[in-house]
Amino acid sequence: MTAEAPPPPGPWRQALRGLLRNRAAMVAFAVLALITLSCALAPLYARDIARTDPFTSNVAGSILLGRHEVDIMQPNDNPLHLGLSPIGPTGHAAYLLGADSQGRDVAARLLYGGRNSLLIAACAAVLCLLLAAAAGIAAGFFGGLVDVILSRLMDIMWAVPVYLFAISLSIVTVSQGLKLGPFVVEADSLLIPIVIIALVYVPYAARPIRGRVLALRQAEFVTAARCLGVPRWRIVLFDILPNVTTTLVVLGPLLMALSLLAESALSFLSIGVQAPAASWGTIIQDGEGLIYTRPMVAIAPGLAIVLVVLALNILGDGLRDALDVRDSARRSS
Amino acid sequence: MMIALLRRLGQTVFVLFGISALVFLVFFATPGADPTARIAGRNASPQTMEKVRQEYGFDRPLPVQYATMMKKLFITQDLASYVDRGELVVPEIARAAPVTVSLVCGAAVIWVVLSIAMGTLAAALKGTWTDRSLMMLGLVGISMPVFWLGQVANLITQSRYHDTWLFSWVPGLGYVPLTENPWGWFKALVIPWIVLAVMFIGIYSRVLRADLVALSGEDFMRTARAKGLSPTRILLRHGLRTSMITFVSLFGLDFAQLVGGGALLTEVVFGLPGVGRLTYQALTNLDLPLIMATVMYSAVFVVLANAVVDVLYLFLDPRVRDAR
Amino acid sequence: MPAETIPMLPAPLLEVRDLCVSFPSRGRMIPIVEHVSFTLGERDILGLVGESGSGKSVTAMALMGLIDSPGVQITGSALFRGQELVGLAQKQLLRLRGSEIAMIFQDPMTAFTPVYTIGWQIDEQIRAHERLSRKQARARTVELLADMGVPDPARTADRYPHQLSGGLRQRAMIAMALSCNPSLLIADEPTTALDVTVQAQILDLIRSLRSTYGSSVLLITHDMGVVAETCDTTLVLYSGRVAETGPTDALFAHPGHPYTAALLASIPPLDGPRPHRLPAIAGAPPAPLERPAGCAFAPRCSYAHETCRDAPPPLVPLVPAGQAGQAGQAGQNTGAQSAANIQQQSAQFAACVLPAEGTLLLPRLLEADTAMSSPGGIILGLSDQGIQPMLSSAGEPPL
Ligand SMILES: Nc1ncnc2c1ncn2[C@@H]1O[C@H](COP(=O)(O)OP(=O)(O)OP(=O)(O)O)[C@@H](O)[C@H]1O
Ligand code: SF4
Ligand SMILES: [Mg+2]
Repeated sequence: MTAEAPPPPGPWRQALRGLLRNRAAMVAFAVLALITLSCALAPLYARDIARTDPFTSNVAGSILLGRHEVDIMQPNDNPLHLGLSPIGPTGHAAYLLGADSQGRDVAARLLYGGRNSLLIAACAAVLCLLLAAAAGIAAGFFGGLVDVILSRLMDIMWAVPVYLFAISLSIVTVSQGLKLGPFVVEADSLLIPIVIIALVYVPYAARPIRGRVLALRQAEFVTAARCLGVPRWRIVLFDILPNVTTTLVVLGPLLMALSLLAESALSFLSIGVQAPAASWGTIIQDGEGLIYTRPMVAIAPGLAIVLVVLALNILGDGLRDALDVRDSARRSS
Repeated sequence: MMIALLRRLGQTVFVLFGISALVFLVFFATPGADPTARIAGRNASPQTMEKVRQEYGFDRPLPVQYATMMKKLFITQDLASYVDRGELVVPEIARAAPVTVSLVCGAAVIWVVLSIAMGTLAAALKGTWTDRSLMMLGLVGISMPVFWLGQVANLITQSRYHDTWLFSWVPGLGYVPLTENPWGWFKALVIPWIVLAVMFIGIYSRVLRADLVALSGEDFMRTARAKGLSPTRILLRHGLRTSMITFVSLFGLDFAQLVGGGALLTEVVFGLPGVGRLTYQALTNLDLPLIMATVMYSAVFVVLANAVVDVLYLFLDPRVRDAR
Repeated sequence: MPAETIPMLPAPLLEVRDLCVSFPSRGRMIPIVEHVSFTLGERDILGLVGESGSGKSVTAMALMGLIDSPGVQITGSALFRGQELVGLAQKQLLRLRGSEIAMIFQDPMTAFTPVYTIGWQIDEQIRAHERLSRKQARARTVELLADMGVPDPARTADRYPHQLSGGLRQRAMIAMALSCNPSLLIADEPTTALDVTVQAQILDLIRSLRSTYGSSVLLITHDMGVVAETCDTTLVLYSGRVAETGPTDALFAHPGHPYTAALLASIPPLDGPRPHRLPAIAGAPPAPLERPAGCAFAPRCSYAHETCRDAPPPLVPLVPAGQAGQAGQAGQNTGAQSAANIQQQSAQFAACVLPAEGTLLLPRLLEADTAMSSPGGIILGLSDQGIQPMLSSAGEPPL
């Protein structure tokens, strides 16, 4: 060691350095940033590049491809040219990936759908972490009856398959929305899938948090703080919470990945994002009927999901390695 | 021993009660619209509404409603669907169950075998390219939405490559009962099995590898090496055998959740008339009694399966055997 | 080496020369064990002592070929019956491990695979090295367990590790290690995790092995008391380097290295009232990367002076040649060993500049007294972490 060695970097800085060195995590991060950015620019793309309206049905319309005026609904390829199919990938800015069964531009919808999917996934992950942190910290720190009640509640929620739980919650809200006293949540509000997804994954995130808090509670500095008569809320706020943050940070991307998958599944079952708004799940559902004739409609949003979820998982792994959190959520299902 | 068993039983009963209460509350006490309308379905006549209100006791306090519901579900089993013209719900589920069980069992065999192979191989070759590629493959598997993968599989096996020798054997979508035609049953289910298994192969191989790698630092693994055993034997007889404790507990949960309706998306994509697709149809018709019944059925199944896993634990882990 | 000057000596069982082990970390190689040399004769018990982290376990694991961290560098030589252990092919290592060289570990709680019975695990080792049927292997297992003083050995063999007490488990561990009649037993802190009475029993057992099984033992410990009771020869490691080595009696009678002296001062008296506090050495051993260029003990040594800080002091013979016989005689009084053994180990070496400079440390008992009165050097108190574990394991039952 040299005499003028810099002071040892803080744990976060060190973790950041570790993460920056992790090439896979950096690639994942770049992919995520790129996809998020392009989805954020969806209106720009639709208005200025593709010049299409991704939300209104356009079955009778036609588009200009190069110099040719082409119908959006094309006769089928069968010998008699019976029936109509939406146009396939065009190779031009307009209808780059073709049209869906209502004649809407799939590429533009993909970007718009990505906005909703990513937004829901991110919000659900954050909300879930907040709820789970509250439950986990309460259970782990206060122990006793609080712990018993919360843990049993988690057990119960855990026993219902995640998607079934989400479906149950969706179906009671999807037709009429939610009325909580003065607050009315419309049935097609994005808030509904966000809250539902966040709720069903709370047990998943609360367990590792509770474990971490239990371990921290034994730790010396908390014991010391207690002996000194520091009020409980101060211990929770200043001693426990900062130390639980690493667990939260690692869980974040993993939860977002799970939420994205759950959102797409709910939307695929038409109880997530409601028409005319799009999400990657709804586009896959639109593409289901066209899967043999125009597979691109379903394949493109699926690939987008795979890419984002994969990137999130790799990022989560990288964060876990960098922050050295063991035994937090190690599975997703 | 006896006391421990009783306590476990008590716990099970408690969780069962909790789940039924939770499901009941979700369906009938969510703030919003009148549950009567939800059960009666869209555009129900005032007479039907009145009948539903009487039948379920919606004009009476919540505990009574809960008791009525449980009675109709589990004791008299006469819960009927209003949307579907009085179809009894419980027998309907019983008819669908074998399909789901067929789907999930086959997938489970595939995912257990493959994930053990992949996880063990990756752990044995830790740090090599094989290890990294296997684990990346697993991660890709985890990242694919199962309904999308199913559609892609259909696209390949039913349409694009159906005429080649590779997939010409694949029958059209649907289910063939095992008792009618075992070979047909097998052919109809192979693709769904694989699709359903993909995600679990990813999860389990990664969990297993992590477990084996963590175990390799344990004292008893060092003892095994000091004994002069071959690396293969150490990995399989000592490492893998010990990992099986975690593996089985995970497996029990996932298996139960799938049989309990978690395979819904796969069933929908492949047109398999199992419990999951029943739920899906109920969903599209807004057939509340049916959905509630399937959710309840699945939860009960999961809780019972958990109890079974606990018993399995006794066989796998001698430490637990003595603890009770 | 004296061994070379005396003809007709049997080749030593294990001869370690210049053993170095380094682990890579952040692109650098960290030397953990540096230039360790020692010789272990047939039926000898060699004690390897040192503070936690001094590299005792790494030395033992290197001999067994058990270090498999990526990038580890092991140099030097370790001849076992003339066969080179360093860099030996995996296949030959497998044959040696467990049958010729066996090892027992510190914590008997975790050293057995939890899902198999004790008997199964001993059978497994026997059958890995010898062609025996399950039945024959089990018969041998039961016999071994009985030899190790396990009550009701046949039933015990059918029990799971967690069902046995720590002492029984360590006995089973030793039974397993001895199951193929190894000529060398490496015991890595075999008694640290046990309480005092059981400790004594296990040590008795280990002492008796050389007559009943003809095994040599490399006993790793951080407890000078254990060494005094058990070992013929002692090797003191400090921060990965040999500090002092020699016949146990000679070394205990007049330590040549200030570190050894300090260690000896911290042994609680076996009889009489136990002192309230025991002397300990201030400070902690340096981290491997921060070892000083000179003597590693210098920062904590009250005799440290300029010459100590230039280069690591070499091992120098402590007892002048004429006095070697005397030291050997002292060994004969307590140890029951052959004359050849005594002759072979009749020299004591210390890696310290003091002997060469003619400054000899005071004999042991007086040393403790002076230490108490010298404020800067060896002080009293339980505050130090470095030596703490040694004290607790020697003096009080572990928590
Ligand atoms: N695989 C490894 N990689 C890197 N460093 C290691 C490895 N194994 C051991 N070390 C380091 O080597 C040093 C010596 O460890 P060792 O276990 O030999 O000490 P010891 O003398 O046996 O101590 P104890 O009394 O605690 O058992 C420690 O500082 C440890 O951090
Ligand atoms: S060499 Fe110097 S510093 Fe090292 S032990 Fe001897 S006297 Fe102390
Ligand atoms: Mg050690």
